[in-house]
Amino acid sequence: MDTTDPVVNIRSLCKSYDGQRVVDNIDLQVQRGECFGLLGPNGAGKTTTLRMMLGMTPPESGELIILEQPVSQGSYQVRQQIGVVPQMDNLDPDFSVVENLRTYASYFNLSGEVVRERIQELLEFARLTNKADEQIDSLSGGMKRRLTLARALVNDPELLILDEPTTGLDPQARQLIWQRLRELKHAGHTLIMTTHYMEEAQRLCDRLAIMDHGRVIVQGSPQELIDAHIEPHVIEVVGNDVERCKAQLAKDESTRFESLGESLFIYTHNEKPVIENLCKFTEVDFIHRRANLEDVFLKMTGRDLREE
Amino acid sequence: MKTQQTAWLRWYPVWSRNMRVWRKLIGPALLGNIGEPLLYLLALGYGLGSFLGQKIEGLEYVVFLASGLVCSSAMNTASFEGMYSAYTRMAVQDTWIGMLTAPLTLRDIIYAEVIWCGTKSVISVAAILLVATAMGLVADARAILVLPLGWLVGACFGSMALVMTSIAKTYDFFLYYFTLLVTPMLLLSGVFFPIDGMPELVQTLAKILPLYHAIALMRPLMIGQLPTDVLLHLTVLGLYILVALPIAIRLISRRLLR
Repeated sequence: MDTTDPVVNIRSLCKSYDGQRVVDNIDLQVQRGECFGLLGPNGAGKTTTLRMMLGMTPPESGELIILEQPVSQGSYQVRQQIGVVPQMDNLDPDFSVVENLRTYASYFNLSGEVVRERIQELLEFARLTNKADEQIDSLSGGMKRRLTLARALVNDPELLILDEPTTGLDPQARQLIWQRLRELKHAGHTLIMTTHYMEEAQRLCDRLAIMDHGRVIVQGSPQELIDAHIEPHVIEVVGNDVERCKAQLAKDESTRFESLGESLFIYTHNEKPVIENLCKFTEVDFIHRRANLEDVFLKMTGRDLREE
Repeated sequence: MKTQQTAWLRWYPVWSRNMRVWRKLIGPALLGNIGEPLLYLLALGYGLGSFLGQKIEGLEYVVFLASGLVCSSAMNTASFEGMYSAYTRMAVQDTWIGMLTAPLTLRDIIYAEVIWCGTKSVISVAAILLVATAMGLVADARAILVLPLGWLVGACFGSMALVMTSIAKTYDFFLYYFTLLVTPMLLLSGVFFPIDGMPELVQTLAKILPLYHAIALMRPLMIGQLPTDVLLHLTVLGLYILVALPIAIRLISRRLLR
């Protein structure tokens, strides 16, 4: 296998359900060894795209090449080299931690001494060595996620696909998972992840794509997206006098405003004059920060709730 | 270690997983497998049998009953496994979805489930055979042939059950199947009494359904005889599998892999 070929090569990929385009002509490439993020509101088409990559859903049209193999429905072979961390854990409640790993390994036709060693390594990787014989229902949410991650590695996959890997976890558990994902990337695995946590995407992803209504709106590294699509400074203002602030500051045309309830978001290239002006208002409170990925995301996809 | 399994054997790790789960719960399972037929044999076989005061088809009632319960237990075990247990794996625990992220196809999973339903039926048939032998109700060693037949009967009812599972939205749906199909079959196929005295319609319906044919194959073997029209009965059981299985695969595929 030529190591310069992309691990994932998607061109003009389409998928409809009941006449509605859920994935609408997308182009994506994921390079070997990178961590690629797929972001988007609910119903954007992220999970459908992942399912097509795994050969679990047939594409309607377009090209989908994973690890140099074209993928369509029923292409189970490609899964021999892919590890999947699904959104909902589907661990076997009747088995212990180590039995879950052994069972999953058996689906890959893996057994024997090498697998036994690998399972021990994976238990250490997931910090579950002393829980090896525990039943699943005695594990916390964070432990189950770590086990699901370990399970996804049992076949030593080249590509790891993670669907919202840290949703619902406490901060310590998330930090540990992030650490492990970084280690996997440095060890040469390619990662594709979907997430709703912009912080997570900004920290972990080398490049990402934002999807909405089935289309890829923007693609690039987190910093490229921030530089290209949003003003570099953000000032969040709350307080009683917010309307008057806005009226006063609106005279400066290089700023952009967004109101959200009782908060005012000010996006600007020139933060100093804005801050000076704000200091004159005594009944407001404000925070100044650099623009981040969440700002880009909300600008691209809007602040309205998406019901799926 | 990237070698894949041959297509013929990909079902095996799925089957093996079910077997290992069963082994963990083996206590209550065997108790049910042995205890329930034992109760029927004692209560109905001896209790009702002593009221009858006559032989049924030349047999003591308890012998007649034992040879029927062997078949009905294969049906009940496979039906339960192919509905309640399979549904739990498919829709509650997401076990099958987890398997589909490994290099297994849905066919591999469904084949394994049907083979497993057959296996569970063999286990329950063996349990009853043991009990019946201990009670002196089995004629001779040819009865051992009910074990492989038990697998076929289990695979047949398992396939049918999986069709139900493929369209079920909750567990309650299965009550329709039990009430409208399984229980009538149980009562009117010849398990508890011969059906030649029944109205024509009942007999015809019984002969269209699989349990009648299962009994026609298995009862003779338990009472020291050989079944007749073997090919016919095997064909009926086989046809049910050949029709139900693809339907189940297509419907479950639509459900999980759209």
